[in-house]
Amino acid sequence: METYTLIVLLLAATLRVATPLLLAALAGMFSERSGVIDLGLEGKMLGAAFAAAAVSAVTGSAWAGLAAGVLTSVALALLIGFACITHRGNQVVAAMAVNIMVAGLGPSLALAWFHLGGQTPQLDAPGQRFVEIVWPWAERARETPFPGLLYAELLSGHSLVVYLAAALVPAGAWVLYRTRFGLRLRAVGENPAAVDTAGISVNGLRYQAVLISGMLCGVAGTYLSTAASSGFVRDMTAGKGYLALAALIFGKWRPYPTLGACLLFAFTDALATRLQGVALPLVGVIPVQFILALPYVLTVLLLAGFVGKAVAPKAIGVPYAKEQ
Amino acid sequence: MSAVRTDPPAASASPVRDTPPALELRGIDKRFGPVHANRGVSFAIARGTVHGIVGENGAGKSTLMNIVYGFHRADAGEVWVHGRRVDLLRPHDAIAAGIGMVHQHFMLVDNFTVLENVVLGVEGGRRLADGLARARAELERIARDYGLAVPLDAVVEHLPVGLQQRVEILKALYRRAEILILDEPTAVLTPQETDQLFRMLARLREQGKTVILVTHKLREIMAVTDRVTVLRQGAVVHETATRETSERTLAEKMVGRAVSLQVEKTPARPGGVLLAVQDLEVRDRFGVTRVRRASFELRAGEILGIAGVAGNGQSELLEALAGILTPSRGEIVFKGAALVRGGLGPRARRRLGLAHVPEDRLRMGTVAAFSAQANAILGYHDQPAYNRGGLLRGTAIQAGCARKMRDYDVRPPDPGLRLSAFSGGNQQKLVLAREIDCDPQVLLVGQPTRGVDIGAVEFIHRRLVRLRDAGKALLLVSVELDEILGLADRILVMFNGEIVGEVASADATEGKLGLMMAGVKEESV
Repeated sequence: METYTLIVLLLAATLRVATPLLLAALAGMFSERSGVIDLGLEGKMLGAAFAAAAVSAVTGSAWAGLAAGVLTSVALALLIGFACITHRGNQVVAAMAVNIMVAGLGPSLALAWFHLGGQTPQLDAPGQRFVEIVWPWAERARETPFPGLLYAELLSGHSLVVYLAAALVPAGAWVLYRTRFGLRLRAVGENPAAVDTAGISVNGLRYQAVLISGMLCGVAGTYLSTAASSGFVRDMTAGKGYLALAALIFGKWRPYPTLGACLLFAFTDALATRLQGVALPLVGVIPVQFILALPYVLTVLLLAGFVGKAVAPKAIGVPYAKEQ
Repeated sequence: MSAVRTDPPAASASPVRDTPPALELRGIDKRFGPVHANRGVSFAIARGTVHGIVGENGAGKSTLMNIVYGFHRADAGEVWVHGRRVDLLRPHDAIAAGIGMVHQHFMLVDNFTVLENVVLGVEGGRRLADGLARARAELERIARDYGLAVPLDAVVEHLPVGLQQRVEILKALYRRAEILILDEPTAVLTPQETDQLFRMLARLREQGKTVILVTHKLREIMAVTDRVTVLRQGAVVHETATRETSERTLAEKMVGRAVSLQVEKTPARPGGVLLAVQDLEVRDRFGVTRVRRASFELRAGEILGIAGVAGNGQSELLEALAGILTPSRGEIVFKGAALVRGGLGPRARRRLGLAHVPEDRLRMGTVAAFSAQANAILGYHDQPAYNRGGLLRGTAIQAGCARKMRDYDVRPPDPGLRLSAFSGGNQQKLVLAREIDCDPQVLLVGQPTRGVDIGAVEFIHRRLVRLRDAGKALLLVSVELDEILGLADRILVMFNGEIVGEVASADATEGKLGLMMAGVKEESV
């Protein structure tokens, strides 16, 4: 009985940890399928996390925070787009520049505006955070372990963003495989010259893709600072952008496998949190550093072992220029 | 090459007077920086004809066609389509004007199906499903009308090149193109696929479509076009009805001087055996046997030609001789050394005096991103002339490259220039210069004039004959029958990995070799 509860709680935590990862990975999917490497996921998320927390703290509205987060992330995405699409700059360099810039800019602005050592104020007033939505009868259902506890912990009790992320997987798949935009997006990442000669603007498509990536990253960042925690702290993305990219590659740039990869990474993360200080049979208490390294070790192993079969969009990372 | 001769229907030879031309160019001018790619180009193409545009590499053919397709914008000049002036700012405008283009490098998304490739850009609605269903019906009709059957649900990268090209033609027809531009369409095709393509073009003409064929292969121009325009250095230098001209005239107009398509050479005076191949069997990296029990001898002072349709084992034979592929059985003896048993690789063979000009110069012969002078020492970089204790001798390398460029007329003669900035002919001349420079006894040459313009072809052929006259032995692998017939003193024909016969060049005719290349044994010819 006790184990059962533990597992359910572990799975619920997995969902919460997976949410920003999934949003960022889907963001990356749109960008990379169009041929633009999305190393900027980290910076865009971090920028959004800061902007959302700051605006929410000042206005008292999480929704205003969300708007600020998305706008910030979109602005950063367009900045990278301007460098890489319009001016055909190196995508990795431009994205890393943004990542480094945001890592410093967020805490600096926070320090200047709030004088809290680079953090934003705690978001504890009502309406400042995206709180958990409790589904009808969830409290009563909790009393019956099966299926009541599943209902109460796994389906009910998450913030709006978690449900949004879940809905975005089938929506993303539909857009990618069933719409005109999706067809063109996939084509431009494989052979932009084919798209150009078919009479479609390559740059136009790539800007749209980068824009979508910016919006989704904005939501992911907002989730981090106004739903998963209550406020912005320095480096709060902690590599989640890169992890999302790893999940995207592990998921072969496809929505459902990417969802699977995100859940797997999130599960190891949630497991690591639960295992801290817990004495395991045979091995005893594992040093906390080992446990915290677990998700990353797993990532390396998975990518080394499986990614060989993943085929990236052919034109990824290559700025498009008409040959003379 | 075995192009089908398709006689133009009477109507196309004398187009109806009152219909405006399908396409008319008036004073098209285009510069790329210092390069004047098109100089006041004007000509008209009658509806329902096949019109050839020829010119050497860099004559401005592709630029002109890219302007007509809206890919580039002309600096000056007008394009008229079916009697109406059109503004071609982007490919979209050209498509709307009824112009379709099959590029030399196909504009296909490899991992899409044929159907998805065809509808890309004209999906017919935001949701794919409706458009795809309609497109399928329409494409089946087009395929029936023009004899262009293609499996619509096949993934493009799994299709042979000939079928991929068909997909490109389908794409244009599906967009209701009335004018179809084909840029060097036969460069990647086998002779059979070329025949099929030309039959298809004849069919399109019968249906009233206008076809523009851009090529540098004069035989093809003679075989399928009604009229031909010759470009040189960006300007129109000649225009004529095809039936009133000849390959020789066109070649002269293209190059700007008289060229000999025939190689001048005296009868060979073969000396002793330099290279002996015994019972050679070669497998490719998938374990498929590509060369079966090949035995032959190569003598000093002769050119031995290996003829065959591409993919019948010639490439593998060449690579085995060069030491790139290891034969599964048999022996190669060169100057008394058993190369296979001795385990001698390409470098050791080169040192012994067995040089190799690979078939695909960009894949095996050069590094396109390196400078000409770096490419001019590839494989010879360890020679004391270029290398002192592991350090490259820059000045010597540069001087050596400049000398090779002078001797082989490589233009522009700039050792520091990136190899990819040179034309195919000049790249090939540099590779040839590199391999001949160390005075090899035997030179293995694969497709020496693939993607090379006429002027350079002439030069390369003369150099090869001169090498033979100097007493060297040459093994020439080429899928161009003309080249084999013109250069070789003896000809071996390969079919399905076997040497099916040997013909002395005096007795060789295209017909006889063609039959052997199709697998008919020598005795029964």
